[in-house]
Amino acid sequence: MRPLLAFISGGLFGLGLMLADMTNTDKVQGWLDFLGEWDPTLAFVLGGAIIPMFFAWRIAERREKPAFGACFPPKPDPIIDTRLVLGSVLFGAGWALVGLCPGPAMASLGYGGTEGLVFFLSMVAGMVLAHAVMRTRPVAI
Amino acid sequence: MIDPDWIRGFAGGLVIGTAAALFLLMNGRIMGASGLLGGLVDGTGRHNADERIAFILGLIGMPALAMLVFGRPATNITSDWAIIVAGGLLVGFGTRMANGCTSGHGVCGISRLSVRGIVATLTYLGAGAVTMYVFRHILGVI
Repeated sequence: MRPLLAFISGGLFGLGLMLADMTNTDKVQGWLDFLGEWDPTLAFVLGGAIIPMFFAWRIAERREKPAFGACFPPKPDPIIDTRLVLGSVLFGAGWALVGLCPGPAMASLGYGGTEGLVFFLSMVAGMVLAHAVMRTRPVAI
Repeated sequence: MIDPDWIRGFAGGLVIGTAAALFLLMNGRIMGASGLLGGLVDGTGRHNADERIAFILGLIGMPALAMLVFGRPATNITSDWAIIVAGGLLVGFGTRMANGCTSGHGVCGISRLSVRGIVATLTYLGAGAVTMYVFRHILGVI
């Protein structure tokens, strides 16, 4: 049951990104271009996405466990460390350069052409590299 | 006054949020695109690889199917290979270092009023805005 629900959830996520035009890099780069021709669409997407999730967290609070799982994910300690901030800075820079973040990069693989595929493969390489670096230098970073 | 793109964006957002709510209430998982993919490619998510693969198959497959029905949406992605590779490396490395991206920290974190999610979102938005200003308005390369 869990893989089927994961497939449905992933599918809805992709269709939502497509409907919101978030696989269009112009829309995302336009949102980050605050001092140029600013495009506020992404704020409506984020706002719309937060609403069902806000209620989902409230429901989760009142339940012992998910329908097909052992427990709900524990809330992380509110620790703001170098990893969180530096990682987010690097992510934000890459996000602006191309206009794709991990969700839309995958959702658009079917129609993003060679450019989209190369972005995806570079992203995977970055993920593997991050894992190697974090493992060898867990304290320093 | 209201741009139709905003309504489309809001409707798409509701679908994205519904997907995340389903994943949380049914599977007990946070819908974070970078974590689901990252755990698969670096081996840390081997114990629930089937769930990750199923999610990603849906994420890639359903829009591809929708494309066959509704036509090919424009991605307008740059054709500058150096920018594409640099951007991909930064997005992959940064999201794994920060343990989340727009879906995990943004959608799931903010809706939970998670301090880490809110700080991460403000940080990547700020870094993205500065990068956009420098590379578009000063250097003129994106």
